Amino acid sequence: MNYIANIIFIVILTFGIGFFVKNVKKLFRNIKLGQDVDVSDNKSQRLKNMALIALGQSKMVRRPIAGFLHVIVYVGFIIINIEVLEIIIDGVFGTHRIGLTVLPISLYSFLIGSFEVLAALVFISVILFWIRRNIMKLKRFWKSEMTSWPKNDANYILYFEMVLMTLFLVMNATDIHFQDMNSGNIVSQYIAPLFSGLSENAIHIIERGAWWAHIVGILIFLNYLYYSKHLHILLAFPNTYYGKLTPKGQFNNVEAVTKEVKMMMDPNIDPFAAPAEGTEGEMPAKFGASDVQDLSWVSLLNAYTCTECGRCTSECPANQTGKKLSPRKIMMDTRDRLEEVGKNIDANKGEFKEDGKQLLDNYITREELWACTSCNACVEACPVSIDPLSIIMEMRRYLVMEQSAAPVELNNMMTNIENNGAPWPYNQMDRLNWKNE
Amino acid sequence: MSETIKVPTMAEYMAQGKQPEVLFWVGCAGSFDDRAKKITKAFVKLLNRANVEFAVLGTEESCTGDPAKRSGNEFLFQMQAVTNIEVLNAYEVKKIVTACPHCFNTIKNEYPELGGNYEVMHHTQFLKTLLDEGRLTIEGGKFKGKRITFHDPCYLGRANNVYEAPRELIQKLEAELVEMKNCRRNGLCCGAGGAQMFKEPEKGDKDVNVERTEQALDVKPEIIAAGCPFCNTMMTDGVKAKEKESDVAVMDIAELIANAQDL
Repeated sequence: MNYIANIIFIVILTFGIGFFVKNVKKLFRNIKLGQDVDVSDNKSQRLKNMALIALGQSKMVRRPIAGFLHVIVYVGFIIINIEVLEIIIDGVFGTHRIGLTVLPISLYSFLIGSFEVLAALVFISVILFWIRRNIMKLKRFWKSEMTSWPKNDANYILYFEMVLMTLFLVMNATDIHFQDMNSGNIVSQYIAPLFSGLSENAIHIIERGAWWAHIVGILIFLNYLYYSKHLHILLAFPNTYYGKLTPKGQFNNVEAVTKEVKMMMDPNIDPFAAPAEGTEGEMPAKFGASDVQDLSWVSLLNAYTCTECGRCTSECPANQTGKKLSPRKIMMDTRDRLEEVGKNIDANKGEFKEDGKQLLDNYITREELWACTSCNACVEACPVSIDPLSIIMEMRRYLVMEQSAAPVELNNMMTNIENNGAPWPYNQMDRLNWKNE
Repeated sequence: MSETIKVPTMAEYMAQGKQPEVLFWVGCAGSFDDRAKKITKAFVKLLNRANVEFAVLGTEESCTGDPAKRSGNEFLFQMQAVTNIEVLNAYEVKKIVTACPHCFNTIKNEYPELGGNYEVMHHTQFLKTLLDEGRLTIEGGKFKGKRITFHDPCYLGRANNVYEAPRELIQKLEAELVEMKNCRRNGLCCGAGGAQMFKEPEKGDKDVNVERTEQALDVKPEIIAAGCPFCNTMMTDGVKAKEKESDVAVMDIAELIANAQDL
């Protein structure tokens, strides 16, 4: 009979973690739908980037106010979650504050005291975030792609955090024994008097209620991640690890094209020869990208990592001057389409069934793609090393190489390069005329 | 013109069995665009003044393929690249300087994989080296004390992290360098990159070059310094759109240095 609580706890915990693992598997599968790309190089530089950018938040603090508040929430969240360890042990074994038994009281008080201070700071920061988003209405949070789900998602996360922090502090404030110790209750001692009029039994019920709600809330939040932009708290780490290491101006050279061009330039190759045995499959089915499966898996990881902060879009010259392009929307569209493809695969026993849709046109319009100046401002702005530009370029490649669908002026420019080696119709033989002018 | 310029070609050097110190990659804008040709000549005058043994490819030069690549035409880009690399390698070119950040970025970053390995410098970096080596002196001349703001070209700045060389040169002119709201890694594009130079912009409520010019005019410069022929065009058009062409000049850094010495 005494074990009912433990059993319920274990069931909830198993279900909560199990469901999360199921979604993580789906996440991996979806990311792997992308094209393979070799990112096994420069491990030490990659680790350094992850340590600096994700762990060290170095790019977050470039915008000092948001950066500072974010560091508080980030540090608070990570450190306070140490407390979850105790909660899980207590829940499974039916103990109460196991830490008090295994740790010296002074250390335990120090830990809980720190958690309480951080919880209060996180609470305040989250309120400020909410104000920036909903009262001050910062422009980047109110762009056209930030309606319905993306807008609500952002607020739900803030409410979640407010509730979790409150539950944590209430749980401590209503723990009579803990308050009697009067050590480590730095913040909760000011909340405890709110409950002083209640009977000891009622306070205990509140304490148990807060304890259960806190751990269940954490499990719900964990499972919410997969459906939310909040997934960045996990994916920021691999994403910064796999982020681009070459200079931002360096765009990849398409290998399949290199092979073709080398063949065309090689006078010893017979253009009519049948392809060598086993090489037929080497040519890609498609140049560039019209759908998510054509993008590299790093681009797909980028899409799941995006937390829709909009720093990219606010720095984008096209967006600033009223064009439709928004790098954030490129990432959100990629994720939405990838999710749609994933659901399609789930519904069709592991096989993708043609659905008459693709990333191009159904999600990202040509107008957006052609508005990009390739200036890399979005890439520079992203606090977690997302590269929206590479997606834009892959899609332009599809438009030009598969569909010959470049804007007419660009076609003229390219014809000029082909004919006379310059984007304008000047004769290559006149290239040195400036010398004598 | 105070003196005639000397512009030897690689073919001429080869005929004499000699190798120049550096190849000056002029680029399409520098070869054909009337405004950019002035930048080309200003840079050549500085090279002549510093007695740099340089050569150009002349009629053997062809577009690097940058605008084709940024448009998505990887085939055309690689055809251009491979052809250019063949010419450059045939002349055994080791070091290249260019006044165009797009050529700079493409040759420096995208050619190596295709077989073209060279030391590539932007002309502001090269001039800075000449200065440091004592081969070139810079005097303020008529730019002494002038308010100059520098517009970071995306393909020099963010794309390749070159921010200081152009600024150090401006400071050597004893000019007052003023920074725009968005500068260095936060620099705002002029609107020409990604092959936008060659097409009409998409529908919006403003042109990018006007937005950037407004940022420049906000700091009340007498001169907007540029380091890219395309930025130069865009900023010049922006200044015209704001009807400020009589108050504010748009000049390349090479032109500033050459003009200061009345070259």
